[in-house]
Amino acid sequence: MRRGIAATALVATLALAATACGGDTKDDGQETKAGGELSGTVTWWDTSNDAEKASFQKIAEAFTAKHPKVTVKYVNVPYGDAQNKVKNAFSSGSEAPDVIRADVGWVADFASLGYLDEVPAETAKKIDAEFLPQAAASGKFEGKTYAVPQVIDTLGLFYNKKMLADAGVQPPKTLEELKTAAAAIKAKSGKTGLYLRGDDSYWFLPFIYGEGGDLVDAKTKTVTVDNAAGVKAFKAARDLITSGAATTNATDGWTNMQTAFKSGEAAMMINGPWAVADSYAGDQFKDKSNLGVAAVPAGSAKAGAPQGGHDLAVYAGSKNTAAAHAFVEYMTSQEIQVQSAKDLSLLPTRTAAYEQPDVKSSEMVQFFKPAVDKAVERAWIPENGSLFEPLKVEYTKAVTGTATPEDAAKAAGVEFRKILKGWK
Amino acid sequence: MAAHTSQSVAKAAGEGTGNTGAARGPSRTTARSDRGLKQALATHWYAWAMIAPVVLVLGVIIGWPLVRGIYLSLTDANERNVARTIGVRQIEATYEFVGLDNYAAVLGDPVFWQRLVWTVLWTVGCVSITFVLGLTLATMLNRQFRGRAAYRMALILPWAVPGFVSVFAWRFLFNRDNGILNKLLDGGGIAAIPWLDDPTWAKVSVIAVNVWLGVPFMMVALLGGLQSIPAELYEAAEMDGAGPWQRFRHITLPGLRAVSMTVILLSTIWTFNMFPVIFLLTRGGPGDSTEILVTQAFREAFIASPRDFAGSATWGVLILALLMIFALVYRRSLRKQGEVW
Repeated sequence: MRRGIAATALVATLALAATACGGDTKDDGQETKAGGELSGTVTWWDTSNDAEKASFQKIAEAFTAKHPKVTVKYVNVPYGDAQNKVKNAFSSGSEAPDVIRADVGWVADFASLGYLDEVPAETAKKIDAEFLPQAAASGKFEGKTYAVPQVIDTLGLFYNKKMLADAGVQPPKTLEELKTAAAAIKAKSGKTGLYLRGDDSYWFLPFIYGEGGDLVDAKTKTVTVDNAAGVKAFKAARDLITSGAATTNATDGWTNMQTAFKSGEAAMMINGPWAVADSYAGDQFKDKSNLGVAAVPAGSAKAGAPQGGHDLAVYAGSKNTAAAHAFVEYMTSQEIQVQSAKDLSLLPTRTAAYEQPDVKSSEMVQFFKPAVDKAVERAWIPENGSLFEPLKVEYTKAVTGTATPEDAAKAAGVEFRKILKGWK
Repeated sequence: MAAHTSQSVAKAAGEGTGNTGAARGPSRTTARSDRGLKQALATHWYAWAMIAPVVLVLGVIIGWPLVRGIYLSLTDANERNVARTIGVRQIEATYEFVGLDNYAAVLGDPVFWQRLVWTVLWTVGCVSITFVLGLTLATMLNRQFRGRAAYRMALILPWAVPGFVSVFAWRFLFNRDNGILNKLLDGGGIAAIPWLDDPTWAKVSVIAVNVWLGVPFMMVALLGGLQSIPAELYEAAEMDGAGPWQRFRHITLPGLRAVSMTVILLSTIWTFNMFPVIFLLTRGGPGDSTEILVTQAFREAFIASPRDFAGSATWGVLILALLMIFALVYRRSLRKQGEVW
């Protein structure tokens, strides 16, 4: 839902083969603590994208340096299909990974189904004391801690400094300013102002938060996507397209958006820290300083972006939980988080990591940290992940103009209530 | 097109057993008494032993899942209440029998009817275009000319490529911003077409890809049929002064009837359930405009959380029922036209 990470080929091949290929095997029956030393195999399913995975594989495999008897088996599972693939593996029990990298929106779902092993009490205490509180919240379900936050993120407005300067505009702070800036850019260079990803409903969230709304209100068990603010949000997204300020798409959004932004076909896009490493690889950003990031443009109420990120969790059926938990602890340690911040511009979840020089000097971290602090925390309910699918259908319809904003909001509300049985 | 071949194998196997049973089994013997049956068994034990493994395998891989699917569609089974094993922990099933509630829910939902309308359009569109193209190509290839073998090879090629590979290739071609098709159009001064971003174009695109995948099979089958029509008929007709169109209408079409009826039925069933083309090309999108019944059933079971197994089974049973009704009606209409089939 959040990022259609990889080349589409892999994504859907895996979807098709999801039931057929478990992907990997695990050494059976190797008990872990022989004289206090960890051993066995830890299989890790990582969902990081093409630009990030090499770095994570290296970090993961370096775990062996600390625990020579543990073998880490690194498997990259494209994000788009990971939730399904993980569920298939977890529910059949065989060939399931020991550790998964779960989107923050999945943790409550997996935990509610009994798939996740609780984090050891000692680690849980550390999470409460040493991690950003909003990141820590994402790993909890019904008062228990099931996952350790690895990275935290939010959306921001990425812009091509040179293109904006050439057109004589500042990074837009509101949707209105965005429209003016886009018109100036088009007049100057003939290029599009904003490339808006139209095939993923996560990109809809800034619009609904911007109008002061939200998808649901978990406290009062109310679906709010179809209220007045929700309708305005669909309108705002649609308006960017009809006014010519933005271009969008209904398929291959991630790839098309990155290609357009990296090649200078579009001057701006809305994206998160996970896109930084990939953007730097583009022609336009050979000089890294050309990439600027600002807060997402505000709607009529405020500027709001969703809090996202990834947590690491251990499978309840793992035969090797001791080693698996140790691996999770290692992967979320300060040292590793600082390294990911430096190499990939990903944001640490540990408060103290932000004091490290490598993190402090990263321009992206400097921007995203205050943004994350202000980001809107989502409702950590089990259905969180599955709301994005019907929302995607309606969001796509609204931005491409095949449904009116009113109809899209209404239909999303109907689907949400089917998923959230008994909600208002 | 792996699905095609595997299905036809299964079907052939199924027919094989049926024939063996009918021809050699005791049903043909008139003996009705117990003694007669025993005698028949004694005489034909060998035949029974031969088909037993096939019956068993079919029962296990088709019969049991089918029965189980029908049963699940009458319950409220979902991911939270089915039995599952998590490591050493066993969780017992707690779902309950709910009767026809699921059917009422699905049939009462406008989504089902919307999907059904598009599924029928998609099936009719794909099958008719595939048939006409296949017949045209088969007729063209059914004569002597230089390089005939090479043409045949080229035309059968799409069939040899695994379905998902072709679909991904098409997906790259269709890409609005960076696809080759739009680059070509651009070169010709035509504005880019939002192939997969506009509901109507997306429908055209999925049908085009499915036709591309289906034509080779149609062509090969019809070519076989064409070659079984005696050349004397054409000679005689030509002597009588019949023109090419008359020969085609009065000799070729009736001569092909048996073959074409079969391939149309098969390709209707395949197209109706053609999951990969839609799922891999558009994922049912943009929005839900290209979603057919089977992709919707998949969505019900694997995209919502908790996964709704009962709901998905209901969709599956309804799809099966629709196809069975179609096959029955089709067979009856053939019989009325005097085809023994």
